[in-house]
Amino acid sequence: MRHLMVLLLLVVAALLTPSAAAAAQDGEAVGGTLRGPDGEPVAGVTIRVERAGQEIATATSGPDGRWRAAVPAPGDYDVTLDTGTLPDALTLREPDAATLRAVTIRPGQQRTVLFPIVSAADPAPGGAPGLPPAPSGPGSAAVLAQLTLAGIKFGAIIAITAIGLSLIFGTTHLINFAHGELVTIGAMAAFFLNAATIGPGWDLIPSALVAIAIGALVGAVLERALWRPLRIRGTGRIQLFIISIGLSLLLRHLLLVIFGSRPRPYTDYVIQRAVVIGPIAITPRDLVITVLSIVVLVAVGLMLLRTRIGKAMRAVSDDRELAEASGVDAARVDLYVWALGGGLAALGGVLFGLSEVVSWDMGFRLLLLMFAAVILGGLGSAFGAMVGGLVVGLIAQLSTAWFPVELQNAWALGLLILVLLVRPQGVFGRAERIG
Amino acid sequence: MDVIAILADATRSALGPVAALYALAAIGLNIHFGYTGLLNFGQVAFMLVGAYGVAVPVAVYGGPLWLGVLVGLALAVVLALLLGVPTLRLRADYLAIATIAAGEVLRIVFNAGFAQPVTGGVFGLSQFAGPFYAANPVPPGAYGLGPLVFGNRDVWVMIVGWGAVALATVGVFLLVRSPWGRVLRGVREDEDAVRSIGKNVFGYKMQSLVLGGVLGGAGGILLAVDAQAVTPNTFNPVVTFYLYTLVILGGAGTVLGPVLGSVVFWFLLSFADSALRQAIGAGYIPPQVIDPADVGALRFALVGLGLMLLLVFRPAGILGNRAEMRLGAGGSGVRRRRLPRATRKPVEGASR
Amino acid sequence: MTPHDALSGVPAEPGVPKPDPVLVVDGVCKDFGGVRAVDVEHLEVQRGVITALIGPNGAGKSSLFNVLTGFARADAGHWTFDGRGAAGLPAHRLALRGMVRTFQLTRVLPRLTVLENMTIAATGQRGERFLPAFLRPAWRRQERDIERRADELLERFRLADTRDDYAGYLSGGQRKLLEVARALMVDPALVLLDEPMAGVNPALRQNLLAHIARCAIPATRCCSSSTTWTW
Repeated sequence: MRHLMVLLLLVVAALLTPSAAAAAQDGEAVGGTLRGPDGEPVAGVTIRVERAGQEIATATSGPDGRWRAAVPAPGDYDVTLDTGTLPDALTLREPDAATLRAVTIRPGQQRTVLFPIVSAADPAPGGAPGLPPAPSGPGSAAVLAQLTLAGIKFGAIIAITAIGLSLIFGTTHLINFAHGELVTIGAMAAFFLNAATIGPGWDLIPSALVAIAIGALVGAVLERALWRPLRIRGTGRIQLFIISIGLSLLLRHLLLVIFGSRPRPYTDYVIQRAVVIGPIAITPRDLVITVLSIVVLVAVGLMLLRTRIGKAMRAVSDDRELAEASGVDAARVDLYVWALGGGLAALGGVLFGLSEVVSWDMGFRLLLLMFAAVILGGLGSAFGAMVGGLVVGLIAQLSTAWFPVELQNAWALGLLILVLLVRPQGVFGRAERIG
Repeated sequence: MDVIAILADATRSALGPVAALYALAAIGLNIHFGYTGLLNFGQVAFMLVGAYGVAVPVAVYGGPLWLGVLVGLALAVVLALLLGVPTLRLRADYLAIATIAAGEVLRIVFNAGFAQPVTGGVFGLSQFAGPFYAANPVPPGAYGLGPLVFGNRDVWVMIVGWGAVALATVGVFLLVRSPWGRVLRGVREDEDAVRSIGKNVFGYKMQSLVLGGVLGGAGGILLAVDAQAVTPNTFNPVVTFYLYTLVILGGAGTVLGPVLGSVVFWFLLSFADSALRQAIGAGYIPPQVIDPADVGALRFALVGLGLMLLLVFRPAGILGNRAEMRLGAGGSGVRRRRLPRATRKPVEGASR
Repeated sequence: MTPHDALSGVPAEPGVPKPDPVLVVDGVCKDFGGVRAVDVEHLEVQRGVITALIGPNGAGKSSLFNVLTGFARADAGHWTFDGRGAAGLPAHRLALRGMVRTFQLTRVLPRLTVLENMTIAATGQRGERFLPAFLRPAWRRQERDIERRADELLERFRLADTRDDYAGYLSGGQRKLLEVARALMVDPALVLLDEPMAGVNPALRQNLLAHIARCAIPATRCCSSSTTWTW
């Protein structure tokens, strides 16, 4: 059994890989780097994270001034710098800013907070780069505009990853529960090339291109070594679905062993100053992510509409038997769909990792949102997945204008359930024939 | 390497409280998946409401423990009704996604800051199972053979847990041999056909969902009592995947499948865990190859691999009937060689 | 007088009133995304008679069946079965009232035995309710009666040899027979056979037809069927 061999090789590869993993933990954390007035790191300072008066975590800045405190779940936290642990020569620029109240940590976010430190002898604002003035309750419209932009960015990433999920279902009728791992693989491949200590340390852009190729390759290999042989065996749809769950568990935890549980950022484009356009502040990085995602979505759309293989994909997705009878090589289309899906998932992973951080379970956290997008748009439709992804992203982000941030994904999933309630076959889906 | 210790570890978890509570929840899932064909991927949500049903009334409102147990079971019924009304009309795979999403929504909400006064938020709740342990009739001490020992506390949980498993198993045995169970299996095979001969398919699916959900809730109650604490993040979707693995391992649609599946599953999982740790500790596997901290993750990876291999090579599980399986919703179909029924062209036509 | 004689004075034209109609359909429409699949102005089906509904592929025969039996929702129209309104009722209610259908693509229950495929179809079973199901004595006698009736029907349809096999192992023709026999277990007043001859080997067609004719006459049942028979 060839696919079995591949699996065994995967396991063996994982067992042989040196690892630096700590115990599994969830992704959310708060952290930062403490620097004194001359930019020198400040070590040994204690920072407490509290929620509703209860202490959640503490962290102490290291020799490089960095500190990081993991929190158990997204939400609002109070972050306090213990001024007693600051070296005597240093003090906070604003003494009442020792506690940052209600620091919002979104699902999966590695939140960075700043504590401006000045010389104790010179408590007036010095030459150190300071904290921008605290957000003084910007108008509701400005908040909505900002969240809409964030929603489009998030939604476009979901859409890019969900296209493959939807096309794979359309052509092969597999609900690929392991699609999230394709996202993670892409993000990690780029991380290895860009930021890993043992990697070549390339710039992120070539790293991302290679990651997309790797994603496409992984998708194609999965199709040829696992799914196609299983389909030929006549394995049923439900069984394939559960097999993909097993594959997801396997891949995800192998990635955990290889990458470690600690989320890590790329080295490029991480810290940027936001550009203010009217009511909206956006970093060039996020702007590029948003624009690039939309360009990719349009390009994929054109590919599906105009090119021969794109048309063949839609034809097989629409009616496999009819497409085959019309001379379309459905097996080849399956392969291309998997490669396209894998490549897009990898790209989505890089963008997601760039906009937040790379972690072992980033794809799995995105998976249910991808499903929400795909079901919203109708399983099997690439364009539906695009629209669905944007809607899901917007709902998740905009909900935080009125509701707690930790619920943002719950709204998107609630919408998924609601859609199924109203239209069991999805918004654009078709009912099956009876009799 | 101490083989005896490894075997003792494995046996301890195969017989321990956790295996019992997973068996209980898996019996429920087997009613859904194995007998009715409901692809419920939100079984963990039933465990969650069961666990919080027992924890909240006792830990937050100071009620008696028996009331908590009743609340836990009642909440499982309520959840089944709430979940069933919108989702039971869905096709199997949509149902799976909808139920997993519902489970995640519950976990996120229980985790949320605003829910903290009731659920304890991310910290969860503890100190509610005191009366259960106060009622422990087993005198203090260690019970067992050689290296395989349980404390009296564990023995008490095991008596109650495996007692509940036995009760549920007998119940399922009686039910599936009745005309009621026959209708359930009919629904699993082809719900339209069953509808065409005058059975209220939705009603039977709902009964199945409630019954299996209550057993899931009972598993959750047992989990809460055994751990003496609940936190929302215990109830992540992976628990449901575990349950599927052990149901399929034992044999979906068999009476004893989930029980045997749970015992074997926890034996193997604990065996792998213990053996790996011992091997690392004894230097057979250098820590550069596998860090002891990775053993937990590798265990999950092995579950995933096992689930795949099981479905590819032995979808009927240990107890399942292979001849029967071949006829199933897509075993290695004799008749349908190429694409299974599900891939038949979806024609515009009657909605359900 | 056989039931067929009752139709002797009735003119042979569509939508004609019949002396003793079991099913009366008025103005039933069903659209699929702008395409009108079903548009029936008036239709009556005589009790105790085999009525054939014929038409080319895509004429909407199966869609009409789906609508009438509650498997699809009509966009307009109403119909009565046995003198009582039947529009909008769920499929299982209509089946319990005596209107039972079969499917174009045969739907046996593969992982139930042939006997179970039959016994499941009996109506009014005490053991099908949740609590009595636990108590075998509450339903054992009824179950025995049902099995006896099922065995008789299996004998009649020459399926007795396969009684304890999984239905999934039956041949295509046997599955058709089993489906018809199962429909009769419901004790119907009207059986709607959707394309009963589709996919049945020509040698078996006469056999199946004989079964249908035999079960229609003695029990004064009416089988309507949607098909393009050429006999």
